[in-house]
Amino acid sequence: MTEVSMTVNGKAVSGQVEGRTLLVQFLRETLGLTGTHVGCDTSQCGTCVIHVNGKAVKSCTIFAQEADGAQITTIEGMANPDGSLSPIQKAFQDYHGLQCGFCTPGMVMSAAALLAENPTPTEAEIRAYLSGNLCRCTGYHNIVRAILAASGQGVAAE
Amino acid sequence: MYSFDLDRPVTLEAALAALKAEDAQPLGGGQTLIPALKQRLAAPSRLVSLAAIPDLCGIDLEGETLTIGAATPHAMVAGQAGAYPALAALAGGIGDPAVRNRGTIGGSLANNDPSACYPAAVLGSGAVICTNIREIAADDFFEGMFATALEDGEIIIRVRFPVPQAACYRKFDHPASRFALAGAFVARFPGSVRVAITGVSEEGVFRWSEAEAALSARFAPDALEGVSLPPEGMIEDLHGSSAYRAHLAGVMTRRAVAAMV
Ligand SMILES: Cc1cc2nc3c(=O)[nH]c(=O)nc-3n(C[C@H](O)[C@H](O)[C@H](O)COP(=O)(O)OP(=O)(O)OC[C@H]3O[C@@H](n4cnc5c(N)ncnc54)[C@H](O)[C@@H]3O)c2cc1C
Ligand code: FES
Ligand code: FES
Repeated sequence: MTEVSMTVNGKAVSGQVEGRTLLVQFLRETLGLTGTHVGCDTSQCGTCVIHVNGKAVKSCTIFAQEADGAQITTIEGMANPDGSLSPIQKAFQDYHGLQCGFCTPGMVMSAAALLAENPTPTEAEIRAYLSGNLCRCTGYHNIVRAILAASGQGVAAE
Repeated sequence: MYSFDLDRPVTLEAALAALKAEDAQPLGGGQTLIPALKQRLAAPSRLVSLAAIPDLCGIDLEGETLTIGAATPHAMVAGQAGAYPALAALAGGIGDPAVRNRGTIGGSLANNDPSACYPAAVLGSGAVICTNIREIAADDFFEGMFATALEDGEIIIRVRFPVPQAACYRKFDHPASRFALAGAFVARFPGSVRVAITGVSEEGVFRWSEAEAALSARFAPDALEGVSLPPEGMIEDLHGSSAYRAHLAGVMTRRAVAAMV
C-alpha cells in the first residue's frame, strides 16, 4: 500500500491505495464520494468523468497514485458554496437534461470542462465534446439545450 | 486486475532503471492499458508511469521538423501542434476529450492498434521514432496488428515529424468507439506523396503504393480513378466487410486529397 494525498473539492485528503486502485475507487470507496458513477468500467461511457487539475478525465481509467498531489473536482464540488445548484446543474434541471440521472454527474463535469475551454459553444461543438458521455434516457437533445442555456445562449423552444 | 506496483519517476534515467525489473511495463496515458489490465490481458509486476517525466512531454518546432515527446497527450498536440495542422487535427479527432487529456502519442504507437489514428500520421509523414536506444524510421516500425519493432525494455522517447508541404487525415469514425473504420493520411512533399491507410488491413497500418504513384504523377482526386484496394487481407467483422473497408479506404483517400487541392 502507498499513501496518496490530493485536494478533492478544495479539501486536502489522503489515504492508502494499491498500485491497481483506480481513482474512482479511491473517491467512492475511501472518500465516500459516490456522486461519481461507474457505468461501464471499460472507458466508454463517461459517467465517471471528473476534473484532474482542471481537465476532464475518466476516473475509471486513471490510477489513484497518478493523481497524487492533484487538484480534483467531482460532482460533489459543483454546487454553489451555499448549497444551491450551480448554473450548469440548474440548467440541467430547468431543461430536463436528465431522466434517470445516472449519466448526469459525468455530463455535468464534461459540460463544465467544455464551458471553461469554450464559454459559448455551438450546438455542434457541444455534441462533439460530449461524444464520450453516453446517456440511455434523454436522447441528448435536452442535455444540449441545457448546456446552451448554461452558457447564456438562447435556446430554441421545442 | 492482477496486483502490481506503480512507479511515478520524474526522470528518464529513473524510469529506465525501474523498467529493468522483471515483467515491468511502461504506462502512458493508460487509455488502452488500463482497460486491458481490467480484462486481465496483461499481468505486469510493475507499471512505470511516464506521465510525470517533464522531458517526455512537449512539442518543439525546429525548421521543418516537429518533435513530440512520447508522453505528450493528444489534447496538447491538438492545441499546440499548429505548425503541422493535419497532425493537430488528427490528434483532436481521437476518441473524446477525456481520452485526449490522458492518451499519449507514445502509447498509441507502441500499441499499434490496427484502427488507431497516430500510426497513419507517423507512416504517412515518414516520421522517425526515437527510443532510448535507437532511431527507427516509420517504414520499419510497424510490424502488423499490435506489433512493432520495439524490443523488450525499449521505450519511445519522442517522435520526429518532417512537416510536409500539405497533408490531410480523413477517417470514417466507428460510431461507437470513434476509432477509424477506415482512415487515410495523405502527405505531399516536394517530389513525392505518401499515403498511409489505417483501420482496414489485417496487417495494421500500411502504405498504399498505387495511390502514392498515381498522386505523385498528378495530385488530384480523380487521379485515383481506377485505383482500388483488393478486399483480400482486409479486416472483416460485424462493423464492415473487407470489401466495404477496402472501398472506404479509397473514399477517405480521395476526400483527403480533395481537401488539399
Ligand atoms: C473511448 C476511447 C476511444 C478511443 N478512440 C481512439 C481513436 O479514435 N483513435 C485512436 O487512435 N485511438 C483511440 N483510442 C486509444 C487512445 O488513443 C489511447 O490513448 C492510445 O491508444 C494509447 O495511449 P496511452 O498513452 O493511453 O497508452 P497506454 O494505454 O498507457 O499504453 C498502451 C501500450 O503502450 C505501452 N507504452 C506506453 N507508452 C510507451 C512508450 N513511451 N514507449 C513504449 N511503450 C509505451 C504500454 O506499455 C502499453 O503496452 C481510444 C481510447 C478510448 C478509451
Ligand atoms: S465508468 Fe468510466 S467511462 Fe464508463
Ligand atoms: S439520464 Fe439516464 S442515462 Fe442519462
